Amino acid sequence: MTTDLLASSPLSQPFFQHALLAGTPIAAACGLVGYFLVLRAQVFTADALSHVAFTGAMAALAFGCDLRLGLLVATVAIALLFGTLGRRARPDDVVIGSVFSWVLGLGAFFVSLYTTSRSTADGTAGVSVLFGSVFGISAGRATAAAWLAAGICLVMLIVARPLLFATVDEATAAARGVPVRLLGYGFLAAAGLSAAEATQAVGSLLLLGLLAAPAGAAIRLTDRPYRALALSAGLAVAETWAGLFASYAVPKMPPSFAIMAAATAVYAVTFLIRRPAATRPRIRTPAPARS
Amino acid sequence: MLPADLASPLWSWNLVADFQQMWSFPFMVNAFRAGTIVAVAAAAVGWFVVMRRQTFAAHTVSAVAFPGAAGAVLLGAGAVYGYFTLCIATALVIAAVRGRGDREESALTGTAQAFLLACGYLFIALYKGLLEGPQTILFGTFLGITDGQVTLLLCVGAAVLAILALIGRPLLFASADPQVATAHGVPVRALSVVFLVLLGAATAEAGQITGTLLVFALMVIPAATAQTLTARPAASLALAVLLGLTATWAGLAAAYYSPYPLGFFVTSFAFAGYVIALGTRALRGLRTPFAVTVPTEEAA
Repeated sequence: MTTDLLASSPLSQPFFQHALLAGTPIAAACGLVGYFLVLRAQVFTADALSHVAFTGAMAALAFGCDLRLGLLVATVAIALLFGTLGRRARPDDVVIGSVFSWVLGLGAFFVSLYTTSRSTADGTAGVSVLFGSVFGISAGRATAAAWLAAGICLVMLIVARPLLFATVDEATAAARGVPVRLLGYGFLAAAGLSAAEATQAVGSLLLLGLLAAPAGAAIRLTDRPYRALALSAGLAVAETWAGLFASYAVPKMPPSFAIMAAATAVYAVTFLIRRPAATRPRIRTPAPARS
Repeated sequence: MLPADLASPLWSWNLVADFQQMWSFPFMVNAFRAGTIVAVAAAAVGWFVVMRRQTFAAHTVSAVAFPGAAGAVLLGAGAVYGYFTLCIATALVIAAVRGRGDREESALTGTAQAFLLACGYLFIALYKGLLEGPQTILFGTFLGITDGQVTLLLCVGAAVLAILALIGRPLLFASADPQVATAHGVPVRALSVVFLVLLGAATAEAGQITGTLLVFALMVIPAATAQTLTARPAASLALAVLLGLTATWAGLAAAYYSPYPLGFFVTSFAFAGYVIALGTRALRGLRTPFAVTVPTEEAA
């Protein structure tokens, strides 16, 4: 990024270092997972998981345990539940919608439980879960988040090849002995983990942008899968950095907004640069398109 | 029953007495009125949403009500304008990319939703003092609904239902089989746009009074339950409305007699119905093993 002018001052601030330390691997993980989410047309699953993250965090606060524990348990459990509800670990939109609106209702319940039962309740905890507070992340939490996110990245890179095969042509992949179902579950779990991680950086309401926008842009820019995968992760990291630096430069602007704005701007620009070959208007096909 | 505050009224199992007690407060009467209108309109619109598998679009359109309100408050305009502008604008954006394939559509819908919510966050941060805002807008409140708001809701609800009744038949055709509908000269694309705008208007109106969560839940869950139980369009539409109404009324009563929020009860009751419906269908499938069930396409 061309932020060298600004880079000298913010990089010496500990809170900014922590934000970069946590934000970079989280963004990379979101970029990798998001690419497959978009390719499998499962962005709605991520949307549901992001709201589940809110409920998980609120449940953890209400019962007085570590917020991250609630996040991880809730997102991974619901992700796996979605897997069992759909055929071949690909859940149906309507099932997701029903489950997650109920989970969100549970979230409302935990919020009221938390705010009424604990005298020391922090009124802004809900807001910071919804919208993230990356500049408020501590050194220990940043390191933990970075390790976990790096782990997600590693796993995604290892399974990238079979997962890509299973995504693009499920039937052939199954016939060739690729464990399609297992991959589907594993991928949903990874999506749940990255949703839990990203909640700490950009908040549960906004992490969808970090998953969908870089991946959508990468898919528009190139048709080659590995290049798109790398581009998606790269874009996510670059947009996160741009957002963090921009938010440092303009303190009135929350970092989550700046990251989302950068991601959306890049995605919007890809609509101007190149129109993909398959833009001919077509009617919704009942079966998933095979490319 | 749940341990309520001492100040809270107690639930007796005499339903008539309970409802008399609740309806002795004007705010509860208005809450029931508003809840009824929202439940009916949301179930009817939601039935088509579920049929067309557009839950993601519906959720996005209902979620952007929050930045709309926050932006309008920041600019000093009435929140109502913000709701309508953003909900309908988002519906148009989604309608514009519809038909380009699932990937493009889902990525763009997700990005639009996240970006607009981020804008809402920015507006709150700039405005300050609206810190209670996001959760109220998300989860809704049923206290303090005025007579004027109920009248407004009634008008919008009636308009939505009227338009839906007008386009219902072709929309059903276009949703069930777009190719054949196109061949028969049904304007599939135009109907899709009209439906999304209708969805935007309906969620904008209902969301500002009852919260976006509730609107979305009342759209998806009753319709999904009804379509699980019966495949006949008219029967499942009526069932969806009935289920939505039941969940709303039961939720309102439960929220009145306990300290917990309305959204939790309505979604829980509706979701319980959905789980029961799924269980019933599974049982029915077990009882009649020779009935033709949908093949799981494991042939590969």
